[in-house]
Amino acid sequence: MKELKLLKGNEAIAEGAIRAGADAYFGYPITPQSEVMEYLMAERPEQRTGMIVLQAESEVAAINMLYGAAGTGKKALTSSSSPGISLMQEGLSYIAGAELPCLIVNVARGGPGLGTIQPSQADYFQATKGGGHGDYRLITIAPASVQEMFDFVALGFELAFKYRNPVMILSDGLIGQMMEKVELSEQKPRATEFDQSWATTGTPANREQNVITSLDLDAGQQEVHNKKLQAKYKKIVENEVRYEEFQTEDADYLFVAYGSSSRICQKAMELARNKGHKVGLLRLISLYPFPKDIVRELSFRVKSILCVEQSAGQMIEDVRLAAGCEIQIEHFGRMGGMIPIPEEVLEALEQKLIGE
Amino acid sequence: MTEEIIIAGFGGQGVLSMGKILAYSGIMQDQEVSWFPSYGPEMRGGTANVTVILSDKRISSPVLRVYDTAILLNQQSMDKFEESVKPGGILLYDGNGIANHPSRKDINIWRVDAAAEAARIGATKVFNMIVLGAYLQIMPVVKLENVMEGLKKSLPARYHHLLADNEKAILRGHEIVKSINKLG
Repeated sequence: MKELKLLKGNEAIAEGAIRAGADAYFGYPITPQSEVMEYLMAERPEQRTGMIVLQAESEVAAINMLYGAAGTGKKALTSSSSPGISLMQEGLSYIAGAELPCLIVNVARGGPGLGTIQPSQADYFQATKGGGHGDYRLITIAPASVQEMFDFVALGFELAFKYRNPVMILSDGLIGQMMEKVELSEQKPRATEFDQSWATTGTPANREQNVITSLDLDAGQQEVHNKKLQAKYKKIVENEVRYEEFQTEDADYLFVAYGSSSRICQKAMELARNKGHKVGLLRLISLYPFPKDIVRELSFRVKSILCVEQSAGQMIEDVRLAAGCEIQIEHFGRMGGMIPIPEEVLEALEQKLIGE
Repeated sequence: MTEEIIIAGFGGQGVLSMGKILAYSGIMQDQEVSWFPSYGPEMRGGTANVTVILSDKRISSPVLRVYDTAILLNQQSMDKFEESVKPGGILLYDGNGIANHPSRKDINIWRVDAAAEAARIGATKVFNMIVLGAYLQIMPVVKLENVMEGLKKSLPARYHHLLADNEKAILRGHEIVKSINKLG
């Protein structure tokens, strides 16, 4: 029998973490993601699975607790919203440098600065290009429904351990605050099937000491380490591209969007098709690795592209890089926490692409 | 079938929970549902609204400009959302505190004096259930048994003794809703 529940996106992250067999959650409250920790605290996962939930004294503390827990090979996660994620960037760079698997959830809100508490997608650059220092990448996946908020926690842990790399779920206040039907999967064990021989779990007599660090003062050694990281990122780019296509077969015009904007574009697409415009949608699921091959392929087939983002235009830079020809690529977005509505997207399509 | 609904009123009137009960009822009859609240720095006495969509298909956008049904529970909401009802759609409102009544001729307008009724029976807490009952009388998008099942699932067991009062309120809403403007 299917186990169905009506959950907020934030609650689905929390239930997803328990059911994915997470060992620990560290966080600090911030709107619009506070329900993640609220739900976890209320569910008493220490009784359900032995999972630990801890409210840290700040986001800086939370990310460093995550660093420590991940270093022991445990399945750990944190969540925050934009300003809190900015505070975590130093820790994220260290975690990426030390190659530790863990999960970071950003339920993004309007910025810059403290900004607003309303939904935004203006953290794309930070999530995909590295908000901290050094040559590193986060695997970044963008859920577009409450079901995916639940499912992507398990997926995120899988990718994190497969590559020994931090994974970010980039969501926003719209998906975090909305409620939808979620089909819950069965409880997974807390143990992971992936190799953990690198973890600091106490040194037995028959092996060398494991060291977790991002520091190597020998520049030559640091370059060797960087080359190893780059080889790993290359593998991620080759193997972990994810996207979804909607009615692209006969499309003259293409929306490219991710997360909540892709939901809004689906409705705009319906409205456009009702008016006789052949519009398709490419919904990006992995933002790093960026699905550049499909963007390139579609750019040869459609007349023009409209990138829809709740930002001044960030993803559009990657779309332009990936597009293989001199095709018209335009941006439509709202900023600062304003949510675009389907009719606005349709108007932008008609004005910018179709020329009506 | 897809039904796109906006419910708007004062914070504290039970706008969000009424939407949640509708969404839960939809799940009980195997529909896709979405519920998206205005979640600004609203508080009791401020304005609150929620968009609820029930559908047999995968739901696209959870945010909309126009709705099949608007359930409007104060003047600010009336001013903001009367124009957002699709032609041929439904506007249901509570007359309490309304100075400028809805005037559109291209939609079905219904009125339920739920606040007055709740005060009369001395049960202001079931105000939103009276409104829900009125809506379900006009537009039976979900069955009463599924509403009750949804309520049971969404309420902690310590509140289950209130289920009967809620059901009574829904039935009262069925009775007291009246048509103001009916399209042919």
